[in-house]
Amino acid sequence: MQIDVKNLTFNYGQNSKATSSVALDNISLTINEGEFFGIIGHTGSGKSTFVQHLNGLIKLNKNSGEIKIGEFDLGDKNCDFKALRSKLGMVFQYPEYQLFAETVFEDVAFGIKNFMPTVTEEEKEKMVRTALETVGLNYERVKDMSPFELSGGQKRRVAIAGVIVTKPEVLVLDEPVAGLDPVGKRDFIALLKKLHASFVKTIILVSHDMDLVADNCTQVAVFAKGKIAKVGSPEEVFGDYEEIKNMGLDLPLTAYLKNQLEKQGVKIGGKLSVEEFINAVKSYGKGGKV
Amino acid sequence: MALLSAEKVSFSYDKQKKVINDFSLSVEKGEYIAIIGHNGSGKSTLAKLFNGLLKPDAGDLTVDGFSVHDKKSEFEIRKRVGVVFQNPDNQLVASIVEDDVAFGPENLGVNRKEIGERIDFALSSVGMQDFRHSSPTRLSGGQKQRIAIAGVLALTPQILVLDESTAMLDPKGRAEVLSVVKKLNKEKEVTVISITHYMDEVVEADRVVVLSDGKIALSGTPEQIFKNQEVLNNLGLELPLCTEIAQKLGLGDGVLTKERLAEELCKLTLKI
Repeated sequence: MQIDVKNLTFNYGQNSKATSSVALDNISLTINEGEFFGIIGHTGSGKSTFVQHLNGLIKLNKNSGEIKIGEFDLGDKNCDFKALRSKLGMVFQYPEYQLFAETVFEDVAFGIKNFMPTVTEEEKEKMVRTALETVGLNYERVKDMSPFELSGGQKRRVAIAGVIVTKPEVLVLDEPVAGLDPVGKRDFIALLKKLHASFVKTIILVSHDMDLVADNCTQVAVFAKGKIAKVGSPEEVFGDYEEIKNMGLDLPLTAYLKNQLEKQGVKIGGKLSVEEFINAVKSYGKGGKV
Repeated sequence: MALLSAEKVSFSYDKQKKVINDFSLSVEKGEYIAIIGHNGSGKSTLAKLFNGLLKPDAGDLTVDGFSVHDKKSEFEIRKRVGVVFQNPDNQLVASIVEDDVAFGPENLGVNRKEIGERIDFALSSVGMQDFRHSSPTRLSGGQKQRIAIAGVLALTPQILVLDESTAMLDPKGRAEVLSVVKKLNKEKEVTVISITHYMDEVVEADRVVVLSDGKIALSGTPEQIFKNQEVLNNLGLELPLCTEIAQKLGLGDGVLTKERLAEELCKLTLKI
Protein backbone atom coordinates (compact mmCIF):
# COMPACT_ATOMS: atom_id res chain seq x y z
CA MET A 1 0.00 0.00 0.00
CA GLN A 2 1.35 3.39 -0.96
CA ILE A 3 0.70 6.25 1.42
CA ASP A 4 -0.12 9.62 -0.10
CA VAL A 5 -0.63 12.64 2.11
CA LYS A 6 -1.55 15.94 0.52
CA ASN A 7 -1.80 19.36 2.17
CA LEU A 8 -2.50 17.92 5.60
CA THR A 9 -3.20 20.62 8.17
CA PHE A 10 -4.27 20.11 11.74
CA ASN A 11 -4.56 22.21 14.85
CA TYR A 12 -5.47 21.22 18.36
CA GLY A 13 -7.97 24.06 18.61
CA GLN A 14 -7.74 27.76 19.32
CA ASN A 15 -7.79 27.17 23.06
CA SER A 16 -4.91 24.75 22.99
CA LYS A 17 -2.17 25.63 25.46
CA ALA A 18 0.52 24.45 23.06
CA THR A 19 2.95 27.17 22.01
CA SER A 20 1.45 27.16 18.55
CA SER A 21 -1.97 25.72 17.93
CA VAL A 22 -0.99 24.57 14.42
CA ALA A 23 0.37 21.06 14.92
CA LEU A 24 0.60 20.20 11.22
CA ASP A 25 0.99 22.86 8.59
CA ASN A 26 0.21 21.87 5.01
CA ILE A 27 2.14 18.62 4.92
CA SER A 28 2.54 16.59 1.74
CA LEU A 29 4.41 13.32 1.77
CA THR A 30 4.48 10.08 -0.20
CA ILE A 31 5.69 6.89 1.42
CA ASN A 32 6.21 4.13 -1.12
CA GLU A 33 5.52 0.51 -0.44
CA GLY A 34 8.65 -1.28 0.75
CA GLU A 35 10.26 1.63 2.56
CA PHE A 36 11.72 1.51 6.05
CA PHE A 37 10.72 5.11 6.63
CA GLY A 38 12.13 7.17 9.48
CA ILE A 39 10.39 10.21 10.97
CA ILE A 40 12.55 12.44 13.12
CA GLY A 41 12.17 15.87 14.66
CA HIS A 42 12.11 17.77 17.87
CA THR A 43 9.54 17.03 20.56
CA GLY A 44 6.45 18.99 19.56
CA SER A 45 7.36 19.06 15.87
CA GLY A 46 4.19 17.19 14.89
CA LYS A 47 5.56 13.64 14.39
CA SER A 48 3.05 11.88 16.62
CA THR A 49 0.15 14.01 15.44
CA PHE A 50 1.08 13.05 11.90
CA VAL A 51 1.18 9.30 12.47
CA GLN A 52 -2.07 9.39 14.41
CA HIS A 53 -3.70 10.57 11.19
CA LEU A 54 -2.51 7.51 9.29
CA ASN A 55 -4.92 5.08 10.93
CA GLY A 56 -7.70 7.58 11.42
CA LEU A 57 -7.22 8.14 15.14
CA ILE A 58 -7.38 11.79 14.23
CA LYS A 59 -10.03 12.20 11.57
CA LEU A 60 -9.80 14.47 8.58
CA ASN A 61 -12.34 17.22 8.09
CA LYS A 62 -13.13 18.96 4.84
CA ASN A 63 -10.39 21.58 5.08
CA SER A 64 -7.64 19.45 6.51
CA GLY A 65 -6.22 17.86 3.37
CA GLU A 66 -6.10 14.42 1.85
CA ILE A 67 -4.75 11.03 2.93
CA LYS A 68 -4.86 7.98 0.68
CA ILE A 69 -3.47 4.66 1.85
CA GLY A 70 -3.75 1.93 -0.79
CA GLU A 71 -7.46 1.77 -1.65
CA PHE A 72 -8.46 3.67 1.48
CA ASP A 73 -9.41 7.31 1.18
CA LEU A 74 -9.38 8.58 4.75
CA GLY A 75 -11.35 11.69 3.89
CA ASP A 76 -14.22 9.60 2.50
CA LYS A 77 -17.20 9.31 4.86
CA ASN A 78 -17.53 5.65 3.95
CA CYS A 79 -13.91 4.78 4.64
CA ASP A 80 -13.75 1.39 6.42
CA PHE A 81 -11.45 2.27 9.32
CA LYS A 82 -11.62 -1.21 10.84
CA ALA A 83 -10.30 -2.74 7.63
CA LEU A 84 -7.66 0.00 7.41
CA ARG A 85 -6.48 -0.62 10.97
CA SER A 86 -6.12 -4.32 10.35
CA LYS A 87 -3.80 -3.49 7.47
CA LEU A 88 -1.96 -0.60 9.07
CA GLY A 89 -0.82 -1.57 12.56
CA MET A 90 0.16 1.09 15.06
CA VAL A 91 2.56 0.52 17.94
CA PHE A 92 2.61 3.38 20.43
CA GLN A 93 5.31 4.38 22.91
CA TYR A 94 5.64 1.92 25.77
CA PRO A 95 3.04 -0.43 24.22
CA GLU A 96 3.36 -2.78 27.21
CA TYR A 97 1.36 -0.26 29.22
CA GLN A 98 -1.58 -1.00 26.97
CA LEU A 99 -1.88 -4.70 27.71
CA PHE A 100 -5.16 -5.36 29.48
CA ALA A 101 -6.49 -8.89 29.06
CA GLU A 102 -6.31 -11.69 31.60
CA THR A 103 -4.14 -13.92 29.46
CA VAL A 104 -1.53 -13.35 26.79
CA PHE A 105 -3.75 -15.29 24.35
CA GLU A 106 -6.75 -13.04 24.91
CA ASP A 107 -4.63 -9.93 24.60
CA VAL A 108 -3.12 -10.96 21.29
CA ALA A 109 -6.47 -12.25 19.98
CA PHE A 110 -8.24 -8.95 20.71
CA GLY A 111 -7.35 -7.50 17.31
CA ILE A 112 -8.81 -10.52 15.51
CA LYS A 113 -12.04 -10.31 17.50
CA ASN A 114 -12.24 -6.63 16.69
CA PHE A 115 -11.22 -6.53 13.03
CA MET A 116 -12.09 -10.03 11.79
CA PRO A 117 -15.14 -11.20 13.72
CA THR A 118 -15.86 -14.03 11.29
CA VAL A 119 -12.63 -15.92 11.97
CA THR A 120 -13.21 -19.39 13.49
CA GLU A 121 -11.77 -20.37 16.88
CA GLU A 122 -9.39 -22.78 15.18
CA GLU A 123 -8.08 -20.14 12.79
CA LYS A 124 -7.84 -17.65 15.62
CA GLU A 125 -5.63 -19.99 17.62
CA LYS A 126 -3.39 -20.49 14.62
CA MET A 127 -3.07 -16.75 14.05
CA VAL A 128 -2.22 -16.05 17.70
CA ARG A 129 0.32 -18.87 17.70
CA THR A 130 2.00 -17.52 14.57
CA ALA A 131 2.08 -13.97 15.95
CA LEU A 132 3.63 -15.00 19.27
CA GLU A 133 6.18 -17.23 17.59
CA THR A 134 7.07 -14.47 15.13
CA VAL A 135 7.98 -12.14 17.99
CA GLY A 136 10.10 -14.89 19.54
CA LEU A 137 7.86 -16.12 22.36
CA ASN A 138 7.03 -19.74 23.15
CA TYR A 139 3.29 -20.09 22.46
CA GLU A 140 2.60 -22.99 24.82
CA ARG A 141 4.55 -21.40 27.63
CA VAL A 142 3.06 -17.91 27.56
CA LYS A 143 -0.46 -18.27 26.17
CA ASP A 144 -2.21 -18.80 29.51
CA MET A 145 -0.01 -16.48 31.52
CA SER A 146 -1.15 -13.07 32.65
CA PRO A 147 0.69 -10.45 30.56
CA PHE A 148 1.66 -8.82 33.85
CA GLU A 149 3.74 -11.83 34.88
CA LEU A 150 6.14 -11.21 32.01
CA SER A 151 9.30 -9.10 31.96
CA GLY A 152 9.29 -5.68 30.34
CA GLY A 153 10.88 -6.91 27.11
CA GLN A 154 8.47 -9.85 26.87
CA LYS A 155 5.48 -7.59 27.49
CA ARG A 156 6.58 -5.40 24.63
CA ARG A 157 6.77 -8.47 22.39
CA VAL A 158 3.24 -9.49 23.39
CA ALA A 159 2.05 -5.98 22.54
CA ILE A 160 3.68 -6.23 19.10
CA ALA A 161 2.16 -9.70 18.60
CA GLY A 162 -1.25 -8.13 19.23
CA VAL A 163 -0.61 -5.67 16.41
CA ILE A 164 0.88 -8.05 13.84
CA VAL A 165 -1.69 -10.80 14.45
CA THR A 166 -3.83 -9.43 11.61
CA LYS A 167 -0.75 -9.37 9.34
CA PRO A 168 -0.72 -5.64 8.61
CA GLU A 169 1.08 -4.51 5.47
CA VAL A 170 2.17 -1.30 7.12
CA LEU A 171 3.56 -1.07 10.63
CA VAL A 172 3.90 2.32 12.33
CA LEU A 173 6.03 2.44 15.47
CA ASP A 174 6.48 5.42 17.80
CA GLU A 175 9.79 5.22 19.74
CA PRO A 176 9.71 1.42 19.86
CA VAL A 177 13.04 0.82 21.60
CA ALA A 178 12.76 3.40 24.41
CA GLY A 179 13.43 1.77 27.78
CA LEU A 180 14.87 -1.46 26.38
CA ASP A 181 18.34 -2.57 27.42
CA PRO A 182 21.01 -2.68 24.68
CA VAL A 183 20.53 -6.34 23.80
CA GLY A 184 16.74 -5.99 24.01
CA LYS A 185 17.08 -3.11 21.57
CA ARG A 186 19.26 -5.09 19.19
CA ASP A 187 16.87 -8.06 19.26
CA PHE A 188 13.94 -5.74 18.67
CA ILE A 189 15.54 -4.20 15.60
CA ALA A 190 16.28 -7.69 14.30
CA LEU A 191 12.58 -8.49 14.78
CA LEU A 192 11.58 -5.40 12.77
CA LYS A 193 13.91 -6.45 9.96
CA LYS A 194 12.47 -9.96 10.01
CA LEU A 195 8.93 -8.56 9.79
CA HIS A 196 9.98 -6.23 6.98
CA ALA A 197 11.34 -9.22 5.07
CA SER A 198 8.03 -11.09 5.41
CA PHE A 199 4.45 -9.77 5.39
CA VAL A 200 5.09 -6.23 6.64
CA LYS A 201 5.86 -4.33 3.46
CA THR A 202 6.35 -0.86 4.88
CA ILE A 203 7.70 0.21 8.25
CA ILE A 204 7.30 3.75 9.53
CA LEU A 205 9.52 4.46 12.50
CA VAL A 206 9.23 7.59 14.65
CA SER A 207 12.37 8.02 16.72
CA HIS A 208 14.75 10.38 18.48
CA ASP A 209 17.53 7.83 18.07
CA MET A 210 19.49 9.11 15.07
CA ASP A 211 21.85 6.13 15.06
CA LEU A 212 18.88 3.78 14.83
CA VAL A 213 17.41 5.78 11.95
CA ALA A 214 20.71 6.10 10.05
CA ASP A 215 21.44 2.41 10.46
CA ASN A 216 18.08 1.07 9.30
CA CYS A 217 15.97 3.53 7.34
CA THR A 218 15.80 3.82 3.56
CA GLN A 219 14.10 7.24 3.67
CA VAL A 220 13.88 9.88 6.37
CA ALA A 221 11.54 12.85 6.88
CA VAL A 222 12.50 15.62 9.27
CA PHE A 223 9.59 17.36 10.96
CA ALA A 224 10.03 20.89 12.28
CA LYS A 225 7.29 23.14 13.62
CA GLY A 226 4.54 21.14 11.96
CA LYS A 227 6.16 21.14 8.53
CA ILE A 228 8.43 18.72 6.73
CA ALA A 229 11.81 20.42 6.70
CA LYS A 230 13.56 17.76 4.68
CA VAL A 231 12.98 14.36 3.15
CA GLY A 232 15.39 11.95 1.49
CA SER A 233 17.85 9.14 2.10
CA PRO A 234 19.71 9.22 5.46
CA GLU A 235 22.79 10.40 3.53
CA GLU A 236 20.88 13.31 2.00
CA VAL A 237 19.13 14.27 5.22
CA PHE A 238 22.15 14.06 7.50
CA GLY A 239 24.58 15.37 4.90
CA ASP A 240 24.23 18.98 6.02
CA TYR A 241 25.58 19.14 9.57
CA GLU A 242 24.76 22.79 10.18
CA GLU A 243 21.20 22.45 8.96
CA ILE A 244 20.48 19.49 11.27
CA LYS A 245 22.10 21.29 14.19
CA ASN A 246 19.99 24.40 13.56
CA MET A 247 16.90 22.23 13.80
CA GLY A 248 18.03 21.22 17.28
CA LEU A 249 18.77 17.63 16.27
CA ASP A 250 21.82 15.46 16.74
CA LEU A 251 23.71 13.82 13.92
CA PRO A 252 24.03 10.05 13.86
CA LEU A 253 27.52 9.08 14.98
CA THR A 254 28.61 7.98 11.50
CA ALA A 255 27.49 11.27 9.94
CA TYR A 256 29.30 13.22 12.67
CA LEU A 257 32.50 11.28 12.00
CA LYS A 258 32.25 11.78 8.24
CA ASN A 259 31.76 15.48 8.82
CA GLN A 260 34.80 15.70 11.12
CA LEU A 261 36.91 13.79 8.59
CA GLU A 262 35.78 16.04 5.79
CA LYS A 263 37.06 19.06 7.72
CA GLN A 264 40.48 17.41 7.55
CA GLY A 265 40.07 16.90 3.82
CA VAL A 266 39.29 13.20 4.10
CA LYS A 267 36.22 12.24 2.14
CA ILE A 268 34.59 8.96 3.07
CA GLY A 269 31.76 7.91 0.77
CA GLY A 270 29.13 5.25 1.14
CA LYS A 271 26.10 4.94 3.33
CA LEU A 272 25.62 5.88 6.96
CA SER A 273 25.00 2.42 8.38
CA VAL A 274 27.69 1.45 10.88
CA GLU A 275 28.77 -1.56 8.87
CA GLU A 276 29.15 0.36 5.62
CA PHE A 277 30.93 3.19 7.38
CA ILE A 278 33.52 0.81 8.83
CA ASN A 279 34.00 -0.81 5.43
CA ALA A 280 34.37 2.57 3.77
CA VAL A 281 37.09 3.61 6.24
CA LYS A 282 38.88 0.31 5.75
CA SER A 283 38.78 0.50 1.96
CA TYR A 284 39.97 4.11 2.13
CA GLY A 285 43.01 2.68 3.86
CA LYS A 286 43.58 0.32 0.96
CA GLY A 287 43.77 3.21 -1.44
CA GLY A 288 40.31 2.61 -2.86
CA LYS A 289 38.68 6.00 -3.18
CA VAL A 290 35.06 5.38 -2.31
CA MET B 1 33.70 5.68 56.48
CA ALA B 2 31.77 5.07 53.32
CA LEU B 3 28.73 7.28 52.80
CA LEU B 4 26.62 4.37 51.60
CA SER B 5 27.54 0.83 52.30
CA ALA B 6 25.71 -2.33 51.29
CA GLU B 7 26.95 -5.51 52.87
CA LYS B 8 25.84 -8.89 51.54
CA VAL B 9 22.37 -7.53 50.81
CA SER B 10 19.77 -9.99 49.52
CA PHE B 11 16.20 -9.22 48.56
CA SER B 12 13.30 -11.20 47.16
CA TYR B 13 9.76 -10.09 46.26
CA ASP B 14 8.26 -13.57 46.53
CA LYS B 15 10.55 -15.22 49.09
CA GLN B 16 11.81 -17.54 46.34
CA LYS B 17 13.75 -15.81 43.62
CA LYS B 18 16.48 -13.55 44.96
CA VAL B 19 16.33 -10.38 42.88
CA ILE B 20 19.31 -9.00 44.77
CA ASN B 21 21.73 -11.70 45.82
CA ASP B 22 24.62 -11.12 48.20
CA PHE B 23 25.27 -7.60 46.91
CA SER B 24 28.04 -5.53 48.46
CA LEU B 25 29.01 -2.00 47.47
CA SER B 26 30.69 0.87 49.19
CA VAL B 27 30.15 4.41 47.90
CA GLU B 28 32.32 7.35 48.98
CA LYS B 29 31.18 10.96 49.25
CA GLY B 30 31.36 12.80 45.93
CA GLU B 31 31.59 9.70 43.76
CA TYR B 32 29.70 9.37 40.48
CA ILE B 33 28.69 5.76 40.07
CA ALA B 34 26.87 4.23 37.14
CA ILE B 35 24.95 0.99 37.52
CA ILE B 36 24.17 -0.90 34.34
CA GLY B 37 22.65 -4.29 33.64
CA HIS B 38 20.06 -5.92 31.39
CA ASN B 39 16.30 -5.58 32.01
CA GLY B 40 15.44 -7.63 35.07
CA SER B 41 18.97 -7.61 36.51
CA GLY B 42 17.75 -5.96 39.72
CA LYS B 43 18.78 -2.35 39.08
CA SER B 44 15.51 -0.67 40.03
CA THR B 45 15.17 -2.86 43.11
CA LEU B 46 18.57 -1.56 44.19
CA ALA B 47 17.39 2.03 43.85
CA LYS B 48 14.53 1.28 46.22
CA LEU B 49 16.81 -0.51 48.67
CA PHE B 50 19.22 2.46 48.71
CA ASN B 51 16.67 4.79 50.32
CA GLY B 52 14.84 2.22 52.39
CA LEU B 53 11.67 1.95 50.27
CA LEU B 54 12.45 -1.77 50.35
CA LYS B 55 14.22 -3.53 53.22
CA PRO B 56 16.86 -6.20 52.65
CA ASP B 57 15.88 -9.78 53.64
CA ALA B 58 19.48 -10.42 54.61
CA GLY B 59 22.56 -8.24 54.96
CA ASP B 60 22.79 -4.64 55.99
CA LEU B 61 22.63 -1.31 54.20
CA THR B 62 23.81 1.83 55.93
CA VAL B 63 23.72 5.46 54.85
CA ASP B 64 25.94 7.88 56.73
CA GLY B 65 25.99 5.37 59.58
CA PHE B 66 22.20 4.83 59.72
CA SER B 67 21.05 1.27 59.12
CA VAL B 68 17.88 0.56 57.13
CA HIS B 69 16.97 -2.07 59.69
CA ASP B 70 16.67 0.52 62.42
CA LYS B 71 13.08 1.81 62.24
CA LYS B 72 14.07 5.16 63.72
CA SER B 73 16.54 5.75 60.88
CA GLU B 74 13.94 5.81 58.12
CA PHE B 75 13.63 9.60 57.90
CA GLU B 76 17.36 10.10 58.35
CA ILE B 77 17.99 7.86 55.34
CA ARG B 78 15.28 9.41 53.17
CA LYS B 79 16.73 12.85 53.93
CA ARG B 80 20.11 11.71 52.71
CA VAL B 81 19.16 9.63 49.67
CA GLY B 82 16.88 11.17 47.05
CA VAL B 83 15.59 9.04 44.17
CA VAL B 84 14.42 10.33 40.80
CA PHE B 85 12.42 7.75 38.84
CA GLN B 86 11.82 7.17 35.16
CA ASN B 87 8.47 8.71 34.36
CA PRO B 88 8.34 12.51 34.77
CA ASP B 89 4.55 12.45 34.88
CA ASN B 90 4.36 10.17 37.92
CA GLN B 91 6.51 12.16 40.30
CA LEU B 92 5.04 15.62 40.50
CA VAL B 93 2.30 16.10 43.09
CA ALA B 94 1.38 19.77 43.17
CA SER B 95 -0.23 22.11 40.65
CA ILE B 96 2.44 24.81 41.02
CA VAL B 97 6.17 24.16 40.65
CA GLU B 98 7.20 25.78 43.96
CA ASP B 99 4.57 23.79 45.90
CA ASP B 100 5.90 20.62 44.37
CA VAL B 101 9.46 21.41 45.36
CA ALA B 102 8.28 22.37 48.88
CA PHE B 103 6.45 19.08 49.37
CA GLY B 104 9.43 17.16 50.77
CA PRO B 105 10.72 19.76 53.26
CA GLU B 106 7.13 20.51 54.39
CA ASN B 107 6.76 16.85 55.25
CA LEU B 108 9.91 16.98 57.30
CA GLY B 109 8.60 19.98 59.23
CA VAL B 110 11.18 22.44 57.94
CA ASN B 111 10.22 26.01 58.89
CA ARG B 112 8.67 28.37 56.38
CA LYS B 113 11.61 30.70 55.91
CA GLU B 114 14.01 27.86 55.28
CA ILE B 115 11.61 26.19 52.86
CA GLY B 116 11.67 29.39 50.82
CA GLU B 117 15.45 29.33 50.75
CA ARG B 118 15.53 25.68 49.83
CA ILE B 119 13.15 26.29 46.90
CA ASP B 120 15.44 29.07 45.65
CA PHE B 121 18.46 26.84 45.95
CA ALA B 122 16.82 23.77 44.39
CA LEU B 123 15.26 25.59 41.43
CA SER B 124 18.38 27.57 40.64
CA SER B 125 20.50 24.41 40.85
CA VAL B 126 18.47 22.86 38.04
CA GLY B 127 18.11 26.13 36.12
CA MET B 128 14.33 26.34 36.57
CA GLN B 129 13.98 29.46 38.75
CA ASP B 130 11.93 31.22 36.06
CA PHE B 131 9.28 28.51 36.29
CA ARG B 132 8.68 28.84 40.04
CA HIS B 133 5.04 29.85 39.62
CA SER B 134 4.27 27.73 36.55
CA SER B 135 2.14 24.64 36.40
CA PRO B 136 4.14 21.40 35.94
CA THR B 137 1.64 20.24 33.32
CA ARG B 138 2.86 22.97 30.99
CA LEU B 139 6.48 21.84 31.10
CA SER B 140 8.41 19.55 28.74
CA GLY B 141 9.58 16.12 29.91
CA GLY B 142 13.11 17.33 30.52
CA GLN B 143 11.84 20.31 32.50
CA LYS B 144 9.58 18.04 34.57
CA GLN B 145 12.49 15.76 35.42
CA ARG B 146 14.50 18.82 36.46
CA ILE B 147 11.63 19.78 38.80
CA ALA B 148 11.62 16.21 40.15
CA ILE B 149 15.35 16.58 40.83
CA ALA B 150 14.71 19.98 42.46
CA GLY B 151 12.10 18.34 44.70
CA VAL B 152 14.78 15.91 45.83
CA LEU B 153 17.42 18.64 46.21
CA ALA B 154 15.08 20.57 48.51
CA LEU B 155 15.70 17.79 51.00
CA THR B 156 19.44 18.60 50.74
CA PRO B 157 20.35 14.96 50.10
CA GLN B 158 23.92 13.72 50.06
CA ILE B 159 23.15 11.07 47.49
CA LEU B 160 21.14 11.45 44.32
CA VAL B 161 19.91 8.17 42.85
CA LEU B 162 18.69 8.34 39.24
CA ASP B 163 16.67 5.32 38.21
CA GLU B 164 16.61 5.58 34.41
CA SER B 165 15.61 9.21 34.85
CA THR B 166 16.39 10.09 31.25
CA ALA B 167 14.82 7.05 29.54
CA MET B 168 11.59 8.80 28.57
CA LEU B 169 13.17 12.09 27.50
CA ASP B 170 14.09 13.33 24.06
CA PRO B 171 17.78 14.04 23.34
CA LYS B 172 17.47 17.68 24.40
CA GLY B 173 15.73 16.79 27.67
CA ARG B 174 18.33 14.12 28.32
CA ALA B 175 21.17 16.56 27.79
CA GLU B 176 19.52 19.09 30.15
CA VAL B 177 19.13 16.57 32.95
CA LEU B 178 22.63 15.14 32.49
CA SER B 179 24.29 18.52 32.62
CA VAL B 180 22.40 19.39 35.83
CA VAL B 181 23.47 16.11 37.43
CA LYS B 182 27.08 16.57 36.37
CA LYS B 183 27.12 20.08 37.80
CA LEU B 184 25.65 18.95 41.12
CA ASN B 185 28.29 16.26 41.35
CA LYS B 186 31.24 18.47 40.43
CA GLU B 187 30.27 21.74 42.15
CA LYS B 188 28.11 20.71 45.07
CA GLU B 189 29.76 17.39 45.82
CA VAL B 190 26.48 15.52 45.60
CA THR B 191 27.15 11.80 45.33
CA VAL B 192 25.46 10.38 42.24
CA ILE B 193 24.31 6.83 41.62
CA SER B 194 22.98 6.67 38.08
CA ILE B 195 21.10 3.61 36.88
CA THR B 196 20.90 3.68 33.10
CA HIS B 197 20.64 1.80 29.81
CA TYR B 198 22.44 4.49 27.88
CA MET B 199 26.03 3.42 27.48
CA ASP B 200 27.07 6.97 26.62
CA GLU B 201 25.85 8.20 30.04
CA VAL B 202 28.10 5.64 31.70
CA VAL B 203 31.18 7.31 30.25
CA GLU B 204 30.72 10.22 32.69
CA ALA B 205 31.03 7.99 35.76
CA ASP B 206 34.05 7.54 38.04
CA ARG B 207 33.11 3.92 38.53
CA VAL B 208 30.79 1.54 36.72
CA VAL B 209 29.05 -1.39 38.36
CA VAL B 210 27.59 -4.06 36.10
CA LEU B 211 24.71 -5.93 37.68
CA SER B 212 23.60 -9.39 36.60
CA ASP B 213 21.09 -11.60 38.42
CA GLY B 214 21.27 -9.35 41.45
CA LYS B 215 25.03 -9.63 41.77
CA ILE B 216 27.95 -7.47 40.74
CA ALA B 217 29.34 -9.09 37.60
CA LEU B 218 31.95 -6.43 36.80
CA SER B 219 33.11 -3.20 38.31
CA GLY B 220 35.72 -0.63 37.33
CA THR B 221 36.35 2.57 35.41
CA PRO B 222 34.45 3.03 32.12
CA GLU B 223 37.70 2.26 30.25
CA GLN B 224 38.08 -1.03 32.09
CA ILE B 225 34.43 -2.01 31.68
CA PHE B 226 34.31 -1.36 27.95
CA LYS B 227 37.38 -3.39 27.15
CA ASN B 228 35.65 -6.67 26.73
CA GLN B 229 32.77 -6.77 24.29
CA GLU B 230 32.18 -10.49 24.69
CA VAL B 231 31.77 -10.37 28.46
CA LEU B 232 29.39 -7.42 28.14
CA ASN B 233 27.33 -9.16 25.47
CA ASN B 234 26.97 -12.17 27.72
CA LEU B 235 25.63 -9.84 30.39
CA GLY B 236 23.03 -8.45 27.99
CA LEU B 237 24.93 -5.23 27.35
CA GLU B 238 26.80 -3.64 24.51
CA LEU B 239 29.70 -1.28 23.99
CA PRO B 240 28.99 2.39 23.36
CA LEU B 241 28.77 2.75 19.56
CA CYS B 242 31.98 4.88 19.55
CA THR B 243 33.94 2.18 21.31
CA GLU B 244 32.58 -0.53 19.03
CA ILE B 245 33.54 1.36 15.86
CA ALA B 246 36.97 2.13 17.31
CA GLN B 247 37.62 -1.51 18.13
CA LYS B 248 36.42 -2.71 14.72
CA LEU B 249 38.86 -0.29 13.09
CA GLY B 250 41.71 -1.40 15.33
CA LEU B 251 41.95 1.95 17.15
CA GLY B 252 42.25 0.37 20.59
CA ASP B 253 39.97 -0.07 23.60
CA GLY B 254 40.01 3.28 25.31
CA VAL B 255 37.90 5.31 22.86
CA LEU B 256 34.73 6.25 24.75
CA THR B 257 33.59 9.54 23.22
CA LYS B 258 32.75 10.65 19.70
CA GLU B 259 35.25 13.52 19.88
CA ARG B 260 38.06 11.14 20.69
CA LEU B 261 36.95 8.73 17.95
CA ALA B 262 36.93 11.54 15.37
CA GLU B 263 40.44 12.50 16.45
CA GLU B 264 41.70 8.93 16.16
CA LEU B 265 40.04 8.51 12.76
CA CYS B 266 41.66 11.67 11.45
CA LYS B 267 45.06 10.41 12.54
CA LEU B 268 44.40 7.05 10.95
CA THR B 269 43.25 8.39 7.59
CA LEU B 270 45.88 11.10 7.37
CA LYS B 271 48.58 8.50 7.80
CA ILE B 272 47.35 6.68 4.72
